[in-house]
Amino acid sequence: MAFFDFLQQYWPRLLSGTGITLAQFLLAAVLGIAISLAMGLMKLSHNAVVRGAAVTYIEVFRGTSLVVQLYWIFFVLPLFGLSIEKFTAGYLAVGMNIGAYGAELVRGGILSVPKGQWEAALAINMSPAQRMRRIILPQALVNMLPPWGNLMIELLKGTALVSLISVADLMFEAKQINATTFLSAQVFGAALVIYYVLARFMVTPFMRWLEHYMARKLGRV
Amino acid sequence: MHDVSAFPLQIAGDPAPMVSFRKVTKSYGALTVLDELDLDVKAGEMVSIIGPSGSGKTTVLRMLMTLEEINGGVIYVDGQPLTHMQKNGTLVPASQKHLRNRRADIGMCFQHFNLFPHMTALENCMEGPVQVLGLPKKEARERSEELLEMVGMIGKKDQHPSRLSGGQQQRVAIARALAMRPKVMLFDEVTSALDPEVIGEVTNVIRKLVSEHNLTMLMVTHQMGFARDISDRICFFYGGKIEEQGPPAELFGNPKKERTQQFLSAVKEAV
Repeated sequence: MAFFDFLQQYWPRLLSGTGITLAQFLLAAVLGIAISLAMGLMKLSHNAVVRGAAVTYIEVFRGTSLVVQLYWIFFVLPLFGLSIEKFTAGYLAVGMNIGAYGAELVRGGILSVPKGQWEAALAINMSPAQRMRRIILPQALVNMLPPWGNLMIELLKGTALVSLISVADLMFEAKQINATTFLSAQVFGAALVIYYVLARFMVTPFMRWLEHYMARKLGRV
Repeated sequence: MHDVSAFPLQIAGDPAPMVSFRKVTKSYGALTVLDELDLDVKAGEMVSIIGPSGSGKTTVLRMLMTLEEINGGVIYVDGQPLTHMQKNGTLVPASQKHLRNRRADIGMCFQHFNLFPHMTALENCMEGPVQVLGLPKKEARERSEELLEMVGMIGKKDQHPSRLSGGQQQRVAIARALAMRPKVMLFDEVTSALDPEVIGEVTNVIRKLVSEHNLTMLMVTHQMGFARDISDRICFFYGGKIEEQGPPAELFGNPKKERTQQFLSAVKEAV
């Protein structure tokens, strides 16, 4: 079957899968960013317990496989009485995983802000929380945006794993179509192109725009 | 923590010195940067600190700004302890809350300006008054614009620091510090990072402050001529101690200690 005939016939399912993939991506991104911020800040805490909690989190979620984490959340937690619906389990796992990587970016971004900025903020008598929120984080954010672009693309591709717990994302639909039609080249070819288009023409331009926007806010442009 | 039981709970006197270092020691490991420093600065006095690098000049200002903890002695500001606080009739090391309370009296300008790059000149000046003092935005803006006018930067109030020259950034930094209405202003080598041709615009602002305001000022500088012109007193630091101090005419014109003479003649040769 020619590729365009194939698309003509199966585009509704591919489109619906793409929608789910995007939803998984956005939800996991929001969760991942929140976790990154929390864990990144906690890792810089003076309190050893708080720091220890962040280190443990990062070690566990960065040091083990995302698929295994996904299976834990979806198949193992119910054994302890905590059942999570598959769609939720999907973005939870991906978001928590990416949060562990993001935490290191947040920490690095904060440490990259020159010491003089902390001192100037202290010299006008800002509280530690004000210093972080008003002075340090806005600058740290700009410094860490380029690596965040990479992480967001990793995140998008990582969402394909949620198909393993039957979330009907793009990869899941592709596998289903393949199983009934054996049109492997067409269906996985289409999936490949769609993931590439999402990464290249949505995620990357958005991150570029954000970098540019933030640089302008800093008066760097 | 060092024993401070022998130190007074507050400094009396009429008027009490605005700043008072009593046997203040600062060391980094085995290296002693300041060695039992005693220094009183009167309200409204302008004191310049000079000396070779590594003599502890900048550390004096940084301790007063509470950027560095001290290892011995007590610092008082306006008669009240800064580095310590009263508890059950004795002095104990200051809590963060106490530091925050007392720090409000002190403002500082840095060698590298340290303006907030994500804010315009005006926003830099308004940040403290709005966030820390809780002033309404309108009032903070008026106060900031007045100060930017005073330092000659009102025309660039909406520019980000990256668009300003070093001299301009430093003038904004002075306005930012003044916007907090400190009683004591600290200038830490504020002209050292500037191109020679813009040093004057910053020193002129400081001159204006000296002549028109009754601020207590401590300045670390390498500009001997400037220090001589505007200071009430010069302190020559050497090896973590005040080697010699006195009115500028005396210290520059007739230095008594050999180290002072050596330093001043070395500086003269360099010019």
